[in-house]
Amino acid sequence: MGLVDDVRARVDRLEIPFSRAGIDHFGISKKDLVRFFVMLGGLYRHYFDAEHHGLEHVPVRGRAMLIGNHSGGIALDAGMTIATMFFALEPPRLCHSMVEKFISRLPFAGMWGSRCGQMVGLPEHAVQLLRDDRLVLVFPEGAHGTEKLYSQRHSLVDFGTGFMRLALQTQTPIVPFAFIGGGEAIPTIFNSYGLGKLFGMPYVPFTPWLAPLPLPVRLDVVVDAPMTFSGTGAEEDDVIEGYVAEVKGKIAQLIERGRRQRGDLPRLGR
Amino acid sequence: MRVLIPGVTGQLGRIVAQRLDAAGHEVIGIDRRPWYGAPKKVQIYQVDIRKRGAEDIFRKHRPEAVIHMATVTHVYNKSDDRYRINLGGTRAVFDHSEKYGVKKVLFVGRHTFYGASADSNLYHTEDEPPTASSPFPELADLVAADLYAGSALWRFPALETAVLRICYTLGPSKHGTLATYLDPPRVPVVLGFDPLFHFMHEDDVAHAIQLALEKPLRGVFNVAGPAPLPLSVIIRSAHRTPLPLPQFVFTSMLGRFGLPRLTAGAVAHIKYPVVIDSRAFAQATGFTASRSAEETIDEFRLSRVVTRAG
Repeated sequence: MGLVDDVRARVDRLEIPFSRAGIDHFGISKKDLVRFFVMLGGLYRHYFDAEHHGLEHVPVRGRAMLIGNHSGGIALDAGMTIATMFFALEPPRLCHSMVEKFISRLPFAGMWGSRCGQMVGLPEHAVQLLRDDRLVLVFPEGAHGTEKLYSQRHSLVDFGTGFMRLALQTQTPIVPFAFIGGGEAIPTIFNSYGLGKLFGMPYVPFTPWLAPLPLPVRLDVVVDAPMTFSGTGAEEDDVIEGYVAEVKGKIAQLIERGRRQRGDLPRLGR
Repeated sequence: MRVLIPGVTGQLGRIVAQRLDAAGHEVIGIDRRPWYGAPKKVQIYQVDIRKRGAEDIFRKHRPEAVIHMATVTHVYNKSDDRYRINLGGTRAVFDHSEKYGVKKVLFVGRHTFYGASADSNLYHTEDEPPTASSPFPELADLVAADLYAGSALWRFPALETAVLRICYTLGPSKHGTLATYLDPPRVPVVLGFDPLFHFMHEDDVAHAIQLALEKPLRGVFNVAGPAPLPLSVIIRSAHRTPLPLPQFVFTSMLGRFGLPRLTAGAVAHIKYPVVIDSRAFAQATGFTASRSAEETIDEFRLSRVVTRAG
């Protein structure tokens, strides 16, 4: 089966209440999803060497929050995680990432994003999607996470705490994952904040070959068992920070596990 | 019920008046504009809501309910008059209602209250503050009128007040903001933007207003029916052709070459969505729309009515 036919068949299997015209109530369109995943599928299947581990931990249906680390100076990590959930899960799931606000101001980018379920990163949108039992992708490091330079590629910067409050408020399981290889694909040596300002973006990353065009390297998505926390989302900061630290610690472990599997680190034990 | 409708001559006012009349309500209308061919039983007074004559009508008829539709909502009218009608008129409606023993007041407002911008969320709920007035000063008077009407909830606790924020209307009358925008065969859009538009059939809007009148209802309610559709889908379903223009071309062409005279703030409403969550209204009144979004567009498209200017 060719990529286009495969993508069509998979889009048909998505458990999303599309209208007869193929549009859901968030404005996600089947036609645009096919285009989006044909493009992502080309990169996922043919350009990168994309691997995944532990996908059985992603719930087949029902609300869930995928929480992971940023890896790579542009949205490569989000794109390939979305591709993994679409091409490697059975049945496929549409992963909703939370898009940076500046993107929705740009012509085309915001429009294509919202047609493909990639909505502006607002807490209201996350809550609406979760109440609708969707799979939401959040990188709690935020924009500071994508700013990581090559030498910092396996580190984690501070996690925001908003995702934890939303998870508690909507009683959503958190599915932790690590994304490894984005830093190799786009080795950022320098971020130009001045140039970013000029283009209405937070920054523009530079690689040894200047443009942030990714190398065809191996990318790993490592998923682990869902973590559930109980509460209302109105807890004191130190309680929430404790939960967030637990998730962050888990993701740090997953990054190490993934690097060992890749042979980046010496295998210990096993 | 004896119902007074200020602003009855507007397209939606007429549909509501006819519907209530047919349902056996006693309807009295007030408007500055005449309504030729009004139903026989509907009494029309041609008077400005802010003038003394309007108060006389409250005194004479002692209506049990008032449906306030006398607001200038379209974005083409920038006159000072508009500001005075929207705020002064709303004040007069509530003052007279309180004074002459009206039991229920419905304020018919717009969902554009919430404003359109790149970082506003979909499915606005009634507890969200208005953001329309800062990027779109032309809507400031409507936002103020809406909030002023809402203040009646605590100022006049004996009065059963409901503020309705209704999505765009569309239908065979070809009247209203959306219908006017969709009228030309080539509909100008901003290149690279395709917002969701929330709209409902005009008869369903009138039905929602009727339910709001007949059911106990107090508070602020978003009113919508079918799920919103992307603007591009609406334009193509209406058998029009989208004419995508880069924003700088779009804004410089407004008011020329047959394009509508939209203000700069209105352009945001063609770039970004205003979508409302109307579950609270549905729950309180049991309202469901009778027509789908597609059927609504078809009725608009197949109607032979010639759109009035403005």
